[in-house]
Parts: sequence; structure tokens; C-alpha cells
Amino acid sequence: MTGTLPCPEADTPHTMSQQTLTREVVVANSQGLHARPADLLAREARRWRSRIELVADTQRVDGKSILEVLTLAAEAGTRLVVEATGPDAQEALEAIGVLFERKFNEQAAEQGG
Amino acid sequence: MKFSDFVATDAIRSHVEAGTKEGVIREMVQALVNANRIAAGDQESIVKAIMKREDLGSTGIGRGVAVPHTKHPSVSRLVGTVAVSPKGIEFESLDGEPVQLFFLLVSPPDRPGDHLRALENISRQLRDDAFCRLLKSAKGPVEIQHLLEEADSQGIVS
Repeated sequence: MTGTLPCPEADTPHTMSQQTLTREVVVANSQGLHARPADLLAREARRWRSRIELVADTQRVDGKSILEVLTLAAEAGTRLVVEATGPDAQEALEAIGVLFERKFNEQAAEQGG
Repeated sequence: MKFSDFVATDAIRSHVEAGTKEGVIREMVQALVNANRIAAGDQESIVKAIMKREDLGSTGIGRGVAVPHTKHPSVSRLVGTVAVSPKGIEFESLDGEPVQLFFLLVSPPDRPGDHLRALENISRQLRDDAFCRLLKSAKGPVEIQHLLEEADSQGIVS
């Protein structure tokens, strides 16, 4: 584990349910994964017990940490793989996928930075 | 991207006087004006734009760190500065803790990639607890500058 923001510890998942599921997503908002979308993403990821990781070409980060997500510097058009391991992996991937599809609700607030 | 690519060293402040969110932002923008990085005439508009961005969600990203920022047409390249408030400022940050360490960024509207790479650098370096701690306890702007240079060259060895 890398150093991350304090976050509620996920319960230790039962050994039966350590499935890893993945989903490919695309950063579709024009400003990329800057501070606000990174915050939204990490918040969503922390709602789930599963471990959530984001995998880019050259790095893998903890999806529950905004600092880690920001280190991806993912620009518009970047493809990422979201990897979820744990009892609620399926639901977590679904919820995170929706955030990307909705472009983190960014387009209306595009000038906000 | 390195700190030296966007931090205006003349505008670094180790002991901000302000005790409020808007106050510290104003002080940092003033420091950029004094360092001739932005025009005095744009100061108010930049402060307003940064505050408007804060209204969308605090840029206090946890660990006592905030990254107030905005895009602004008055700059042709990314410019930023660093400030420390030793006593900490209430910033409505994501973890609810006061903020001691501030990185303020003003970027041209058409360069979202530069902004992302600056955020990437800041967040990557801040994962290092020693670096965070040393910046927050810096005695003066020169010490902050040296810490940034050290991070640029190799990362802080603690």
C-alpha cells in the first residue's frame, strides 16, 4: 500500500469474494482529470469496500486517494482501466463508469477550472 | 513538469498574514503581482475567478494542502506560487482539516494539459510526508525554494 489520504478502512473482505473485475473508461471531459473530477472519483471509490485501482499506460494508483488520482495527469481522451477487487466490485465499477460517462458533470461548469 | 517550470520564486511566502480563505488567495495573487508575473490590473479578476472555482468545491485536497487555481486569459503560460500559513487556515478542505500549505496556479484557458501536469507534480511530491512537513515548517521563502529545487532534482531524501 502506498501512503494515501486517511480514508475509512474497508472491512476485510471475506476470502470467498476477492474477485477482481475491470472496466475500461475514457476521460471524456475536455479538462481531463483535474482536481474536481479527481475528488469526485476518489469519493465515489471510497464508498465501496472493494479495493479500486486505476491503471494507465505506465502506472497504477489507488482510486480512493485524490493525490494518487492526480498523479495520473490524465488528459482528455486518455484511456484507463478501472480495477476493482472485493465483494462489491461489480457495483463499484458500474458507479465509477457512470462518472466517466457523465464527464464528471463538467461541461456546464467548464469555465470553473 | 517541475516546480521550477511554474513556481515564481519571488512570489513564495513562508508566513502568510491572512487568516481566511479569500485572504490567503488574495495575498498569493498580490505576491504574483509584486513579482511581475501578473498585471496589477488583473489581480481582482483573478482573485474572483479563483474564489468562484472554490465555490464549486474546495481545492483543499487533504494533508493540510490546498491548490487554489483558475484559468485566466491574462496569462500566456502557467504561473504559480507557494505559500505557507504555519498556524493553518480553515479552507473547507476535503478532510475537514485546516490548510498550511498552498500551491496557487493560474493557467491559460487553452492549456489544460499544463495545468494537469502541474497538479500531477504537486500531488506526486506531496505523497512524501517528509516533503510536506519540511515545507510547512520552512523558516523562509528561500528554504521553500530550496526544498522545491531538491524535489525537482531527486525527491526529498528523509
